[in-house]
Amino acid sequence: MSVPGAWYLGLAAIVFTIGAVGLLTRRNVLVMFMCVELMLNAVNLTFVTFARMLDDIGGQVVVFFVLVVAAAEVVVGLAIIVSIFRRRTSATADDISLLKG
Amino acid sequence: MDWVVFVVAAVAMLTGALGVVLATHPVHSALMLVLTLFGVAVLFVAQQAHFLAAVQIIVYAGAIVVLFLFVIMLLGVDRSENLSREPLPGQRTVALLAGVGVLAGIFLLARTAWVSGAHSVAGAASGEGSNIEKLARSLFTRYLLAFETTSVLLVIAVIGAVVLARHSPSGGVRGSGDEVTQ
Repeated sequence: MSVPGAWYLGLAAIVFTIGAVGLLTRRNVLVMFMCVELMLNAVNLTFVTFARMLDDIGGQVVVFFVLVVAAAEVVVGLAIIVSIFRRRTSATADDISLLKG
Repeated sequence: MDWVVFVVAAVAMLTGALGVVLATHPVHSALMLVLTLFGVAVLFVAQQAHFLAAVQIIVYAGAIVVLFLFVIMLLGVDRSENLSREPLPGQRTVALLAGVGVLAGIFLLARTAWVSGAHSVAGAASGEGSNIEKLARSLFTRYLLAFETTSVLLVIAVIGAVVLARHSPSGGVRGSGDEVTQ
């Protein structure tokens, strides 16, 4: 007996929401970044579930591209965080307000 | 059996996701993220996406989380922060309300709208041949241009990371945008 796709979609929606709430509440930029990864993974799970439900390999191809883009995003994002930390020692997003109008 | 695998992986995913958000220590958050990534990989295998499950473990748990841990170690921010203090009054309440709204919106959309059932041009996921064979056939024929474009994206990301992270000869940090204030 196979698990219906709706359960996978519901689980992915819950994980996506947890990631979104974490992104809005946490102040540490590294933890905020991890929450973005959580949201990306939830969406990946949705794509794979739809690939199975609709019998379509296209969903898995999209997940492949999302993985590549996520890797590139993490590399650039962490480089930005490292260069910010060279200037200031705190890890909170509140202190990065140089561009504030 | 399928249900047992699903429930175990789902519990691991939810525990990890909550752990990432609630852990006071960034290293604990990163380790909880690994738990979620393993849960996702198990659910990939349960849905016949074997290649993606392997890539998930290798790229996410193997490379991205290690990169996170390296940065945490490099910057020396591996100390606990006080989560009981709320820097912006009412922020958590608003964020929780927004989260509940997002979840309700997703479930409402799932109830009211449904896919047409029309097949895309990418090909079937089931049938003869292995998962990796079908994925590769689709990737290297129909999505070849997109695949080649990702290589350009990766080169740009590498160059960007090098430019952002290197010290300039004058002692300042290039690309941080802080030169103006000096």
